[in-house]
Amino acid sequence: MNIGSRSRGDKIFDIMNVVFFSLILFITIYPLYFMIISSFSSPDSINNGEVWFWPKDITFEGYKMIFEHEKIWTGYKNSIIYTVVGTSINVVLTITGGYVLSRKDLVGNKIFMFFIVFTMFFNGGMIPNYLLVKDLGMLDTMWALVIPNAISVFNLIIVRTFFQSTIPNELLEAGIVDGCSNWKFFLKIVLPLSRPIIAVMVLFSAVGHWNTYFSALIYLRDADLYPLQLVLREVLILTQAQEVMDSSLNGGLAELQNISQLIKYGVVIIASLPVLILYPFLQKHFVKGVMIGSIKG
Amino acid sequence: MGHQGGTVLQKDQAVTIKVKRRSAIIKKVVRNYDLYLLFLPTLVYFLVFHYYPMYGVQIAFKNFNPIQGIMGSSWAGFEHFERFFNSYQFWAVLKNTFGLAVFELAMFPIPIIMALLLNQLVSSRFKRIVQTVTYAPHFISVVVLVGMLYLFLSPRNGIINQFIILLGGEPIFFFGIPEWFKSLFVFSGVWQNLGWGMIIYLAALTAVSPDLHEAAVVDGASKLKRIWHVDLPSILPTISIMFILNIGNLMGVGFEKVYLMQNSLNISSSEVIQTYVYKTGLLGAQYSYAAAVGLFNSVINFVFLITFNKLAKKAGQSSLW
Repeated sequence: MNIGSRSRGDKIFDIMNVVFFSLILFITIYPLYFMIISSFSSPDSINNGEVWFWPKDITFEGYKMIFEHEKIWTGYKNSIIYTVVGTSINVVLTITGGYVLSRKDLVGNKIFMFFIVFTMFFNGGMIPNYLLVKDLGMLDTMWALVIPNAISVFNLIIVRTFFQSTIPNELLEAGIVDGCSNWKFFLKIVLPLSRPIIAVMVLFSAVGHWNTYFSALIYLRDADLYPLQLVLREVLILTQAQEVMDSSLNGGLAELQNISQLIKYGVVIIASLPVLILYPFLQKHFVKGVMIGSIKG
Repeated sequence: MGHQGGTVLQKDQAVTIKVKRRSAIIKKVVRNYDLYLLFLPTLVYFLVFHYYPMYGVQIAFKNFNPIQGIMGSSWAGFEHFERFFNSYQFWAVLKNTFGLAVFELAMFPIPIIMALLLNQLVSSRFKRIVQTVTYAPHFISVVVLVGMLYLFLSPRNGIINQFIILLGGEPIFFFGIPEWFKSLFVFSGVWQNLGWGMIIYLAALTAVSPDLHEAAVVDGASKLKRIWHVDLPSILPTISIMFILNIGNLMGVGFEKVYLMQNSLNISSSEVIQTYVYKTGLLGAQYSYAAAVGLFNSVINFVFLITFNKLAKKAGQSSLW
């Protein structure tokens, strides 16, 4: 907010502010940019510290290896399936549940709300959850990744707030007068009005499913079922941690490590690509989601 | 309710009103039966995947035997808790968890300061660019983030160490030194979420009345003074709520990321309660013991949440309930 004449102090403040945020921009962008240029620079020039702002000795060796790496593509395929199925479940349950909770005339509304919000602050913990999933026979199936986290309390509250603030009571009353059943009202009136919130929910859930690795780590043994993130963990972290362990190297190994390093840079790019490409177009939906959520704290 | 009208109620009248009310409630429930049906899946989900595991927490007080199941296993009382309290890992794990939690909590003001400053940017185009760019890292997965850290910090060819060498220093073996672990963890988190964390405060700032700023300008207040005396007090309720929510997740300390960053060299400062639960419980199959450790964690967390909510209330700030 800039109102009225600006004093000298304010001008200095403005300049410092722009400098500060330019620095923040640099700090945010540079690591991502560096990953991109490194993914097609020759490992030797990276290792010699010659790659800073431009790629050097351009090579596509890393990407070629990645395309031949079957595990990565299986992971990619699995992740897409889990994301689509998981997001569908999330959205259907969150929208219906959120709508019902938004109805103030519903007897028991407050009790339901307490019942749900309480789970945000207290839960059984990892072990009872694991045993439950195991008893339900979901271990080593896709369902272990999409059912136990079918509804996020936070999203449910966002949806509820959205309905409370966009569907006026008069509309519902008019519907009741016209003899419209709740079910019909929901399908014909509420759903068409909820397109923006559905978009927000799809994005939140999809990014969540795409990026998560821990439930897969706990519940999946069969490597063919691994989502991309778990494959990435093997490629990026386990090998790197190994390298940290035995940092004394002999010559032949170094060559191999050069290529593996190139793969790592490339794999980061390929894994983050879907999200980072879509992100600028979808940004406003994400932000809207957070804002709706913040209305009611 | 209005049509009851009367002021002094006879006993029998009161009874009929009660009956009427009850039948009105029943009518309402019946009329909305389809809403309850619509809600049923949600209800079942929370019962099965949240409340049943809470009930299953009794495993912490039992000697779990897979054949007999949680309910059928024999009681152990507080045996597992005692074993944890007496184990040599107890203090180390507790200290790491608290250390990391407090360190992270210390970063809490950063998005607030950023939002206050961003709100003062003159060019709205620059403002938008900053927002778009700084929100982006939020969407990178933890696996990729930690992978990037390993690459950047590699003692052999990581860019950070190359920079250090360029400046004439000695390469640092970041991931192998326990003392570095907490800083790496916390500051990479700051990098990832500093933009995203601003959104909620920026939203709160749009609600600040321009009149207040105008009045302050008339009084000759500088920008810094206006931030301090106008903006900050206006978003205090949001800050208070966010702080309590942060406390609510305090003991969770993003253990999924901790687990990825762990290795045998930095384990002495990277083992937190949750990773310990995972290792002893799921990898080591000591279900009851690990559940006890996990429960200990949840209870501490819950106590924190309640305490801070009460403190906020007492201080006259917004609270969760």
